[in-house]
Amino acid sequence: MGGAVDQYIINPVFPYLLSGMNTRYMLGNEVIAHACLEAEIDFASGYPGTPSSEVIDYLRHQKDREFYVEWSVNEKVAFENALAAAWTGIRSLVTMKHVGLNVAADPLLTSAYTGVTGGFVILSADDPYAHSSQNEQDSRRYALFAKIPCLDPASVREAHSMMKAAFAISEEVGLPVLFRPTTRICHSKSDADPGVPGTGHRTGAFVRNPQQYVVIPKHTRVLHKKLNEKQPALAKMFVEGGFNTADVRGKTGIISGGIAASYAEELISEGVSFAKIGAYPIDAAWLKAFVDQHETILVIEELSPVIEEAVRMAATTTVVHGKMDGHLPMEGELSPAAVAQAMTSAGFAPTKTYPEVVPEEGIPARPPLLCAGCGHRAVFYAIKKVFKDGIFPSDIGCYTLGIQLGVVDTTICMGASVTVGSGIAHSGETRPVICTIGDSTFLHTGIQGLLNAVYNGANMTVVILDNRITAMTGHQPNPNTGVTATGVASPPISLEAICRSVGAPWVETVSAYDLTGLLYALKTAKDREGVKVIVARQPCVIAARREGIRRKPYVVDPEVCTGCGLCVKFGCPAIEFYNEKAVITSLCSGCSVCADICPAGAIHKGGAK
Amino acid sequence: MRESFDVLIVGVGGQGTILASNILGEACLVADLPVRGAETHGMAQRGGSVETHIRIGGVYGPLISPGTADVIISFDLLEALRYRHFLKSGGTIVTSDAIVIPTSAFTAGAEVPTQAEIMGRLEDASCTVVDAAGLAVEAGTILAQNVVMLGAASHALPLSEDALREAISRCVPQKTVETNIRAFELGRAFLEEMS
Repeated sequence: MGGAVDQYIINPVFPYLLSGMNTRYMLGNEVIAHACLEAEIDFASGYPGTPSSEVIDYLRHQKDREFYVEWSVNEKVAFENALAAAWTGIRSLVTMKHVGLNVAADPLLTSAYTGVTGGFVILSADDPYAHSSQNEQDSRRYALFAKIPCLDPASVREAHSMMKAAFAISEEVGLPVLFRPTTRICHSKSDADPGVPGTGHRTGAFVRNPQQYVVIPKHTRVLHKKLNEKQPALAKMFVEGGFNTADVRGKTGIISGGIAASYAEELISEGVSFAKIGAYPIDAAWLKAFVDQHETILVIEELSPVIEEAVRMAATTTVVHGKMDGHLPMEGELSPAAVAQAMTSAGFAPTKTYPEVVPEEGIPARPPLLCAGCGHRAVFYAIKKVFKDGIFPSDIGCYTLGIQLGVVDTTICMGASVTVGSGIAHSGETRPVICTIGDSTFLHTGIQGLLNAVYNGANMTVVILDNRITAMTGHQPNPNTGVTATGVASPPISLEAICRSVGAPWVETVSAYDLTGLLYALKTAKDREGVKVIVARQPCVIAARREGIRRKPYVVDPEVCTGCGLCVKFGCPAIEFYNEKAVITSLCSGCSVCADICPAGAIHKGGAK
Repeated sequence: MRESFDVLIVGVGGQGTILASNILGEACLVADLPVRGAETHGMAQRGGSVETHIRIGGVYGPLISPGTADVIISFDLLEALRYRHFLKSGGTIVTSDAIVIPTSAFTAGAEVPTQAEIMGRLEDASCTVVDAAGLAVEAGTILAQNVVMLGAASHALPLSEDALREAISRCVPQKTVETNIRAFELGRAFLEEMS
């Protein structure tokens, strides 16, 4: 412990100190993005999705940027752009969340056949426990499915070194590399030692080679064979390169990967062997050699039992424990306590045990809410007023919170509000169908659904909740915003023109703060046949505030307020209720909708009557 | 196994838990200590209950499991109660005395325990309640409540006053350094007066 730092430490219980000259406390996604700079990335694209979004956000905000970066309209589009860039020999990154990889699965599976010349890294961020997601799928399965390498960091520091290495690996084997962090890597923070960004950027040059890039049957059969021939070398490379490591210490052993390996390392007892899987495919012979030296093996991993299946395949007499025999849960995320419990259950004494504690009861839940002044709330309110017996398919965005207002009946994946709506409309169900979809989600995969609904004569109303931005993931611009990822002005597209061009015969635009206008448009839509589109427009209240838009807050006149509670039922977090009177708090952003709701006329703009 | 000193910061989305955790992380760097942290991002931020984990001296995973936090710093009294099961036996809670009433109390009539009820339920823990809003206003801005709370909690942390001051000046906007340092000092002095 150096003298210079002693003054900063009160209680020097910590066994060792940091040594880096440029050590910073950084978010996992920032570290991953910075590694791309160090690896001299030339091209980056992505579609926002928690927990992946900050990678492109970090790259697009770099001042001295010598690479191309874009937010694409969806993951398939982002993937194909980045793949093509790598075909021209430059280093390319595409980012998305795990379910985005489903959207990009079509090019993914065949990109393994064509391969790449420049390094191509696909970042697909998994979300165990579905903190911000619709499922708990495991991207490692996709890598195995596509027969491409997969890197799975166990810590932020490992994510840094792995991402730097990923581009070179891709170039060496001529394949896309899937980089799979999880929420607890992406949204973790750690001390990190970011290096100097590289300056050796490349310029793309496409070399015509139909045998590689035109996957007609004759070519693709050859390409598939080549892909299969690459597999053994990949597995060996990850053992020799130190991505997959094994340390034999006794007759029992733990095998782990991803963030779970960090939990296991904290809790593993002396004399228990430890193998860490940081990359796939796993070398079967190497794994078998490790497993064979042990009487019992416990496999600790999140999501699917990918390592465990390989271990069970390798084991002959060794007893294998893990998810498949119930020592670890098949769903959710792991934690130090969960890993300690699994160790105990499988007969591996952890170095630390965790007390059984019970959360306090009787505490009202505090779920996330639509913001005070969010235009979505007013639209949901109006929909519920007009369509009392309606069926409400919805989509993915902040507005999924409309479930709290009783106006979200289905949500499955991006763009599916329109298609679920037309499916129900054609099913014989007689109640009216009103679906809601955000602007970014509509541009992602909503357009095709609308085209299909119009073409096939569905009877439904589509409400586009247009807040001019991709809000939920952190306010990324989209083609509707009028600006690109790097801040260059772009012509904002017309949602109305898109809807009309796919054939929608009735398209109306209303301000989301205009309750009267919303009610009128919805009633008109209710009385018409066919596909009706309402664009309910109002900039995201957070983005508007950042742009400097200020509206006077509203106040309740306690003399006039009858205490009916209708404004409270609206659900705005700025409206509270004490002693039979409503009160508007400082959260108010002046949208004015509650003033329209109040039957007594007790709510008015602050400072004037 | 290497031991870490585990701090859980809890509050309501928008109260500045992430800045507070950044300050603690930065203070670890000032002190040359390894550090790990975990944050709530995405939709959970929209006025929801948020938690930030910081493991001072940590070299393993970022998560703190229930029953093991050395210190809980809470920006809302109700959240202190919600997360108190994370506290280890003998740990310390430092919490703001304010309660942001959950909207469900108004829209769905959810029962919210009173300040006195919550303090009663926290009685068996070592718990200090701070007038964070009052001290922040005294420092110059209501927005500095998170830094007031760090000041109040600083007595319980294995980081020196110097390291924390240095970290604050590195993490907050340059124009607000003075105000935030004052907020830190007021929070720190508040607890000195108590003891």
